[in-house]
Amino acid sequence: MALSESELKALTEKAHQLRKDVIQTVAWSGGGHAGGALSQLDLLVALYYKYLNIDPSNPEKADRDRLVLSKGHGGVGYAPVLADKGYFKKELLQTFNHTGSSFGMHLDKNKVPGVDASTGSLGHGLSIAVGLALGAKFSGKKWLTYCIMGDGEQHEGSIWEAAMSAAHYKLDNLIGIIDNNKLCIDGPLNEIMNVSPLDKKWEAFGWKVRIIDGHNFNDICDAIEEAQAFSGGPFIIIAQTVKGKGVDYMEGAKEWHYGGLDGEMTRKALESIDRMYAGK
Amino acid sequence: MAEGSVTWSLQDADHMTAAEIYGETLVHLGEEREDIVALTADLAKSTKIGKFETRFPDRFINVGIAEQNLFGIGAGLALAGFTPFISTFAVFASLRAGEQVRTDICYQNLNCKIIATHSGVSFGQAGTTHHCTEDLSVMRSFANMTVIVPADGIETSKAVEACVDWKGPVYIRIGRGFEPWVHKDANYAFEIGKGIEMHPGSDITVIACGTSVYAAVDAAEVLEKEDGLSVRVIDMHTIKPIDRDIIMKAVEETRRIVTFEDHNIIGGLGSAVSEVIVESGKGCAFKRVGIPDEYSIVGYPEDLYNHFKLDTDGVIETVREVMGKEFEEDEDWEDEI
Repeated sequence: MALSESELKALTEKAHQLRKDVIQTVAWSGGGHAGGALSQLDLLVALYYKYLNIDPSNPEKADRDRLVLSKGHGGVGYAPVLADKGYFKKELLQTFNHTGSSFGMHLDKNKVPGVDASTGSLGHGLSIAVGLALGAKFSGKKWLTYCIMGDGEQHEGSIWEAAMSAAHYKLDNLIGIIDNNKLCIDGPLNEIMNVSPLDKKWEAFGWKVRIIDGHNFNDICDAIEEAQAFSGGPFIIIAQTVKGKGVDYMEGAKEWHYGGLDGEMTRKALESIDRMYAGK
Repeated sequence: MAEGSVTWSLQDADHMTAAEIYGETLVHLGEEREDIVALTADLAKSTKIGKFETRFPDRFINVGIAEQNLFGIGAGLALAGFTPFISTFAVFASLRAGEQVRTDICYQNLNCKIIATHSGVSFGQAGTTHHCTEDLSVMRSFANMTVIVPADGIETSKAVEACVDWKGPVYIRIGRGFEPWVHKDANYAFEIGKGIEMHPGSDITVIACGTSVYAAVDAAEVLEKEDGLSVRVIDMHTIKPIDRDIIMKAVEETRRIVTFEDHNIIGGLGSAVSEVIVESGKGCAFKRVGIPDEYSIVGYPEDLYNHFKLDTDGVIETVREVMGKEFEEDEDWEDEI
């Protein structure tokens, strides 16, 4: 169902603000995975501002929905969302990556409130999410587990071990999301190691698949609602995204898998984001 | 024995492998604790965790032959509030899925209990691919991990019971076959991190773990009768945290220490004991016996233990060798060890 005008406006405004928070955090950190942080952002905004059953004042609430950011290097784009939700003070983002900080580029569950699993090494998150989803089934609980993966991460064999098991155990309380930005560190994903066709692969592994525009809130929300309603097995949303989305000089550039921002670059990035949301 | 624990008669235990006793113990614990779940990777039968599946099919996961997924799912279940018992062969737990154990379980300090079977060269005829002489070295280098090597089936049961309420990840390493039981009284006190003196002695101390404890006790009795030697034997069932007190007592009281383990001499029990001794600054004659830094050979386990000097004869030979060397007796360093 299409979002109401006010809902769409609220999500869009939140994404606008958080894109800028992400850029600030990359600048404070001295370097960050800016490209992947911006490609995943609209997915996180939809989940955190419309769907997740969570309570930031009680991060370990037993019946909360769980989210595993399997692409752990997206941490610099995840922490600003958690801060904005109120899990911790926003000022703490200024310590990102600093010596002794709670925030490294891959977030640690035991240090950052709101993080459901420590991630960073690629290919691990989906197995953890399968365990969380099985845990809900074992205890008869209704909470859902979401797992956001990178597309480069699909190279890891452990992803497919986990995919097989989620279908085998008919985990319809598990929703996978692939941030399909088509670039990994060394270059275009399908030149480094071809993962296409992702949809047919996941389908063959027993998942219900839906491909969406990962920057269109109507598309994202529609897919999440379809996934939530789906029963009988796991559901995967393949979100077509743009690496560096919103920052003109980062969009589609493999150089922005990881990078640092000086004052001028930060200013230009923030201006570019403002322009995009102004429709210019 | 603690209230509610499994009570074994030695007669029952003597015809069961350590793995079978583990399977029985886990079922017993599962009756009392709904948070216990069990997982394996197509080795339910071999690791005997399948007994839990029979009793509690709704709390059991078999992921097929996929060890990375096995430990990742275990981590997820622990994050969801369960206490997962995860079983596979030692070589797959420590090496195939080493990163999942380290990053998903130990880094997050999760309550996963890993019961690894077929350790060392106990799966003799299967050959080097299925031997595991590296796991103690790997596992004890993971922060938060507790590493236990029970000497026999009874001790396996005690270790499994003790680890349930021990916070954080635990690695319990057992063998494959009918290891002889060493503990003659099933009601002895077992405490994680505390070695057990199995035989008193003042001339030399043998520190052993796993199946080597039986050989050490057997050898101590022979050496006492035949050589008049007083050999202290310690069952060092916990490799991490290691019992520093019992080691330092042995250093001061016997001044000679030999370690025996079914593991590469690098990184396991011998290394752990030597670290304590060297850091203490106290002098001590010391020798490690285990699998040398080479790949194991194929054969019946008992033949392999003989080959690597880990059986009774091997302990006797090594103790005589170490006793035959002088230690701080004169200025001649050439004949010392």
